Amino acid sequence: MANKDFPLIFERSQAGRVSFSLPEMDVPEVELTDEFDEEYVRDTPPELPELSELELMRHYTALSTRNFGVDSGFYPLGSCTMKYNPKINEDVARLPGFSHIHPYQDPETVQGALEMMYDMQQELKEITGMHEISLQPAAGAHGEWAGLMMIRAFHEANGDFHRTKVIVPDSAHGTNPASATVAGFEAVTVKSNEKGLVDLEDLKRVVGDDTAALMLTNPNTLGLFETEILEMKQIVHDAGGRLYYDGANLNAIMGYARPGDMGFDVVHLNLHKTFSGPHGGGGPGSGPVGVTKELEPFLPKPVIVKRDNFYDLDYDRPKSIGRVKPYYGNFGIYLRAYTYIRTLGAEGLKKVSEYAVLNANYIMRRLEDAYVLPFNQHCKHEFVLSGKKQKQLGVRTLDIAKRLLDYEYHPPTIYFPLNVEEAMMIEPPETETKETLDDFIETMLQIAEEAENNPELVQDAPHTTIVRRLDETLAARKPVLRFTK
Amino acid sequence: MDFRYLPMTEDDKQKMLDTIGINTTDELFSDIPSSIRLSEPLNLKKPANEPALKKELTKMAGKNANLIDYTSFLGAGVYDHFIPSVVDHVISRSEFYTAYTPYQPEISQGGLQAIFEFQTMISELTGLPIANSSMYDGGTALAEAVTLSAGQTRKNKVLVSKAVHPESREVIQTYARAQHIEVVEIDIKDGKTDLHHLEELLDDEIAGVVIQYPNFFGIVEPLAKVNELIKQKKKTMFIVSSNPLALGYLTPPGEFGADIVVGDTQVFGIPAQFGGPHCGYFATTKKLMRKVPGRLVGQTVDEDGKRGFVLTLQAREQHIRRDKATSNICSNQALNALASSVAMSSIGKHGLKQMAVLNMQKARYAKQKLDELGLKTIFDEAFFNEFVIELPVSVQKVNEQLFDKGFIGGYDLGFFYPELKNHMLLAITEIRTKEEIDTFVEELGAIIHG
Repeated sequence: MANKDFPLIFERSQAGRVSFSLPEMDVPEVELTDEFDEEYVRDTPPELPELSELELMRHYTALSTRNFGVDSGFYPLGSCTMKYNPKINEDVARLPGFSHIHPYQDPETVQGALEMMYDMQQELKEITGMHEISLQPAAGAHGEWAGLMMIRAFHEANGDFHRTKVIVPDSAHGTNPASATVAGFEAVTVKSNEKGLVDLEDLKRVVGDDTAALMLTNPNTLGLFETEILEMKQIVHDAGGRLYYDGANLNAIMGYARPGDMGFDVVHLNLHKTFSGPHGGGGPGSGPVGVTKELEPFLPKPVIVKRDNFYDLDYDRPKSIGRVKPYYGNFGIYLRAYTYIRTLGAEGLKKVSEYAVLNANYIMRRLEDAYVLPFNQHCKHEFVLSGKKQKQLGVRTLDIAKRLLDYEYHPPTIYFPLNVEEAMMIEPPETETKETLDDFIETMLQIAEEAENNPELVQDAPHTTIVRRLDETLAARKPVLRFTK
Repeated sequence: MDFRYLPMTEDDKQKMLDTIGINTTDELFSDIPSSIRLSEPLNLKKPANEPALKKELTKMAGKNANLIDYTSFLGAGVYDHFIPSVVDHVISRSEFYTAYTPYQPEISQGGLQAIFEFQTMISELTGLPIANSSMYDGGTALAEAVTLSAGQTRKNKVLVSKAVHPESREVIQTYARAQHIEVVEIDIKDGKTDLHHLEELLDDEIAGVVIQYPNFFGIVEPLAKVNELIKQKKKTMFIVSSNPLALGYLTPPGEFGADIVVGDTQVFGIPAQFGGPHCGYFATTKKLMRKVPGRLVGQTVDEDGKRGFVLTLQAREQHIRRDKATSNICSNQALNALASSVAMSSIGKHGLKQMAVLNMQKARYAKQKLDELGLKTIFDEAFFNEFVIELPVSVQKVNEQLFDKGFIGGYDLGFFYPELKNHMLLAITEIRTKEEIDTFVEELGAIIHG
């Protein structure tokens, strides 16, 4: 296939081939067209591919080799916690008693599933320090939205209808302001100070009796712990607002501190990040929400309850924000996360955070001379470098990221957070060895050197990948979003 | 205690501490105010070794009656279909499942191309030109369609048929409340959306009309007639939620003028797994391309002119547009979209219709058998693979007895439709055999008449 484009599955198709073995038609057939008006019977079949089972496997196997995952190599993608995805999790999720059960079965016939859910809630309550947990949200952003909806319902239940604003730091994940909008709020920004933390003075300026909530990631997206969290809590609570915790960075503090103890009223977790999900190439995730006692009545319904050793679903929740998703959340994903938590326990989870933070500080210290370190202090599980030194040589952060591909690394998150110029956000999870970190460090130092001595090499990267840089402008200007014969 | 996921040795740790210039890792946490630093270990269950945990969780799974050991006639939005072996073999390739969002296209062509192929298949099935990379599930996809219609038309009322899945309607309510969108429900007549009621409700303030096809009771709604009514209003959008398997036999909603078609691809290669993760799809017209929630993969070329794929039109999305984004969705259901792509590829162009017809024929056989038994099947309309029967006793009672005979019975419609107390919604898929159907009908007869 030299010099040819890698084929789409539709281009491998040959009429007459099959790779499906359907059950037999063992019932007497009736004339279906008697029942349907002609216009409701499809006249042309959808153009799905036709290929043999081996051809199908070869296609997808080839696609998989054109993809990079955690099992392929180091993946220090900041804010995404690309840790190892344990294989026992996958096996457990495929047990027929978990994978082949229907959400509308009588609770009596799914006691094992409900027990796991109940147990999972107990474990997450303890890890976060929250009063109650709902496993329903499908992903982090969905959890954010559900959490904000509860805060909204709480204010409204107090007759407080003028709290229209949600405060988000300028360093926040994009989902925070987007979720605020979807929940019907206006997002307002609070600035970071020169230390990379929320500026308390600016917070005092933007907070008011129209504040519904402050959304915060702690440690924040710079990987720095918001040391003035208790003061922030006081400011927001005094104004009548509530505190929202974005759990994307929980991997930094498990067993060391809990959002509940910091004064957060609502917490969401990204089970596909902190609790080894896996990420699935972009989902499915799972984004449970935890709340304080005062917000508990507003949890999405149904809620799992345990009565006399019987696990049940409680729909009688008059103050609930309602249903956020059909059925009970991404069961298969929180089951994997449950398996992970049970493998590590309190001792293991604390080590997870200890080593994740140690790894990040180690890399940070070894790279601080070659790159600009905008905030020179201990970080948590991730840190942000700036490529502005290299930019002066004509080498942008994007080039550095692309050059890393030649060395077979997944690059860090780049150009985020927005408050650091030419940002590179590096997160080395606890599952990586020191040898891997050292190799990565050597590579980053090598690239810094290349930027000085041979900038074209970096600017033109990648050189070794199956495709070179792709024309994103063309893709957006003349969108081709599906195959056409 | 040693943990198999944590490779740090004492020697590594010491060397790293030396490099950082500190004595203990505790110093790295000293910026956490002492009043909120935990002094006690978390009170969690003790760590479990691999064999012990596997044993324990296998036992826990064993407490659930599964759809392999029991013969199920339960559907109502989640279906028991055959999953070809190839599906799990493909999605178990860790290059797929241990990757994340393809932000670096040069090393993510596999995932990107798979999504591009998924978008193509959904476009083919729905009869609309644009499909996104996936949504959480059919219910939230529908809610996003509703909020899109309100934003696009600048109207704040939507009409939703009561024959739309009740849980999807509840999700719509939750999303709509936040956006100050009023949701008005259209009545049902003979198991279908009451078109007279729809006509009455249709005024100039309606952003969108939501219909399910086939609807929650399995009945095929007359989309052509619905569209005629909607198109009398200039802006009102036509939103259809559709079981994509049914579209192997039925005319796609896009051909009836639907502006947005959503649904769940659980029917293709995704096990029921207690309701999730499944996989929502979202398809629409060219006109709405830049309003689509979530990720889109587009075709382009690299510096050497070679074909490749990238995430595109990202100016719609939260990581670029923040509070002005078309949706807050970030992670979607990529791996499940892959599972469905593999299943759709496996079934293929002609297999899809065969599979749909198998469902329809077996459902009609079951219905006829129940008719012969004297059990009243209500709503005598064209249907797909589900239909409703009326029982002389409570559904729960019947299901408990069926369970003892190895069956998982149908869905109790009284839960969401009080007027349909003692009515059961039955789903018959291609994997139910004639023998299973015969035995089921026999047992049901014995329970009712015995």
